Amino acid sequence: MESATHPAGLAGWLDERLGLSALREFAAHKTVPLHSATAWYYFGGITLFLFTIQVLTGVLLLLYYRPSPTEAYESVQFIMTRVQFGWLVRSIHSWSANLMIFTAFIHMFSVVFLHSYRRPREITWLSGLVLLGLALGFGFSGYLLPWNKVSYFATKVGTDMAASVPVAGHQVARFLRGGADVGGATLTRFFGFHVAVLPGLTTLLLVVHLGLVQRHGMSSPPWSDGKQLAQMRFFPNFFLRELMAWYAALAVLGSLAALFPWELGEKADPFAPAPAGIRPEWYFLAPFYTLKLIPSHVWRVEGELLGLMGFALLAAWWVLLPFWATNSHGTVRTRWVTGAGVALLAYLVTFSLLGYFR
Amino acid sequence: MTHYPLIVGQASTPAAGLQTRSSLRSLPLLACLFLFASPLAAKDSCIDCHSNMDGALKAPVTAYANDIHARHGFSCADCHGGDRRADDPEAAMSRAQGFKGQISRAAVPALCAHCHSDAALMHRFKPQQRVDQLALYLTSVHGKRLAAGDTAVANCVDCHGVHNIREVKDPLSPVYPMKLPETCARCHADAAHMATYKIPTNQFAEYRTSVHWEALSKGGDMSAPNCASCHGNHGAAPPQVASVAEVCGACHVLFEEMYDKSPHQPVFAAMGGGGCTICHSNHGVRKPDIQMLAGAGSVCAQCHEANSAGAAAAARMAGMLAKLDTALNQSDAVLARARNSGMEVSEPILRQMQGREALVKARVAMHAFQVAALAKPVQEGLAVAADTRRAGEKALQDRDSRRVGLALSLVTILITMAGLWMAIRSLESKAPAVPKPAGR
Repeated sequence: MESATHPAGLAGWLDERLGLSALREFAAHKTVPLHSATAWYYFGGITLFLFTIQVLTGVLLLLYYRPSPTEAYESVQFIMTRVQFGWLVRSIHSWSANLMIFTAFIHMFSVVFLHSYRRPREITWLSGLVLLGLALGFGFSGYLLPWNKVSYFATKVGTDMAASVPVAGHQVARFLRGGADVGGATLTRFFGFHVAVLPGLTTLLLVVHLGLVQRHGMSSPPWSDGKQLAQMRFFPNFFLRELMAWYAALAVLGSLAALFPWELGEKADPFAPAPAGIRPEWYFLAPFYTLKLIPSHVWRVEGELLGLMGFALLAAWWVLLPFWATNSHGTVRTRWVTGAGVALLAYLVTFSLLGYFR
Repeated sequence: MTHYPLIVGQASTPAAGLQTRSSLRSLPLLACLFLFASPLAAKDSCIDCHSNMDGALKAPVTAYANDIHARHGFSCADCHGGDRRADDPEAAMSRAQGFKGQISRAAVPALCAHCHSDAALMHRFKPQQRVDQLALYLTSVHGKRLAAGDTAVANCVDCHGVHNIREVKDPLSPVYPMKLPETCARCHADAAHMATYKIPTNQFAEYRTSVHWEALSKGGDMSAPNCASCHGNHGAAPPQVASVAEVCGACHVLFEEMYDKSPHQPVFAAMGGGGCTICHSNHGVRKPDIQMLAGAGSVCAQCHEANSAGAAAAARMAGMLAKLDTALNQSDAVLARARNSGMEVSEPILRQMQGREALVKARVAMHAFQVAALAKPVQEGLAVAADTRRAGEKALQDRDSRRVGLALSLVTILITMAGLWMAIRSLESKAPAVPKPAGR
């Protein structure tokens, strides 16, 4: 029979049952490489911190929010005007959602430019991209929930795009809307996706992603291969630094929420004409503006369909990055990947700005 | 049964088609008629010949292409008579075939009414169209003068056009609501033309300074009054002095009700005045403001002496309206500041509408010319303005509290970050980083 020594008292009792000493041992030996780009490691943790804030504020909003067309807008208005610190909770939830997607993009590009997707981290890369997709799904579904004019018509435009996908497009759009058009059924569905389906999937993927990060340790950039790199202890040195980054993120978040409270706008009216200059959230602006630029028909193909096919190919190419980035000799094509990352970043920034200002 | 002498014998015209169908007894006969009538339908020697002419003889054909009658299948011969199927000009314009040539001005109303007063015929093209235009026209000043032999007065074509007649809803029509004032002014602003009738010619110029013209031309409000709204269209006549209030009251219903209860009504009626127009004028109705009651431009001062009870009442009413207006504007300003600061104040902004409604009610009640009548709506409006202003000020206080809270939170966060940094420095001074080979 296996015997082990455990500390005395409550710690010992817990250690015997939970194996805490193994965790302590793991934390004591986990290190983070120190180099010129170490600061980029913090963005994964900041994204996780903002996600935690999303969960906490989301639960608080759930106490008062009512997912029906007749009550959704009024319930958010009630939260913002009548509930103690309701304005702060709602504003932090909205700002935190945007900051989380922003830091997730920074995290993704830092992985690309530090070439951390390399063998054996292909699945970590894939799980991270799925998490980014889920974050965008959170954004799209949550945008409709206040049931205001802008979110209503933005959802209409978004689900219309889904309808233009060949073969199953109409079925997908109908599934998302819960009917022929955006309405009460859409709101209920989006609420369900936002508070049940997406959080469940995200938690699952997050466990996989974080587990893989622990499994493989922190990646070092290719230019340090074969060199001696100073190592920082993860706990407590890196953790305390990460904690500082979280506090900085909290300061930014609090400032945005207090100085620029998230607006509620006007209540959605399905019978009213769409307001002029309707556009999606900033993280969907680049594809939105690209689709606007494509003519209605290119040769015999519908312009929107062509654009969506292009995005699908681009997404597939990006998802498969770890596989095409490595040649048959196992060498990483760092220049190609850096070039592709710069090109994609330039496209996203330029087209998002054009979409915002035009 | 009504007969259509201008149309009979022209199977291709819509009216004739109606006649022909009613006399058909068998299907074979209908088929034969269709076979023969179809080529004839395309035949119109008036259009064919006049299209190849120049100047005044061609102009009607060119203009007629856009005419509403052309769209419904009517042709030149339906008004001018003659035989449009004949190739020979002599035969086509034969007096024996009913050719009338140019229609005299005196004959125009009856000619138009030949179809437009026929309910059965009009029903085929526009079931909701009125058919009493001629009857109304005969009651108008224009119609009466025409009947008396004055052919210089307006008849149908002077307003609607001759060969280029468009539907009233067509923006190019001279009787489209926005264009009607200019159409009336073509004659009524022409001093030479109006000299015979000894009536002023400044109506259009005055109208263009009015709030009604502003609503129509700048606001694009097609329901805003133009000449026909007050004078009538086909039965155009100046409203009698006694009925001015009723004319204005057709739109301004509540104002008329208040005015009828006011002490001014019997006085103005006894004076033979023009009701509303005494204070607001007729064609040049300006946007009313508080200055009309008291101040340099007061219309009350035209009758009430400075120290009279009437002048005092006017000053009190002006003061009450000004107080409410100022209170609402102040609340608007506070709410705008709160909203621009990102505060959620849509509820008090919505409630402000009740205050604005109270101001409108007070302005309506003012037409009873009794101070007591204003008291209720003014008090209601002031209560709303006070509520909304409080809500706006509360929002601004909340905004300031949030900023103080933010400053305190930021200081706390900065102190915590400084503490963490010191802790890290202390740790790292005791145990510096150790180099080891880089992994992947």
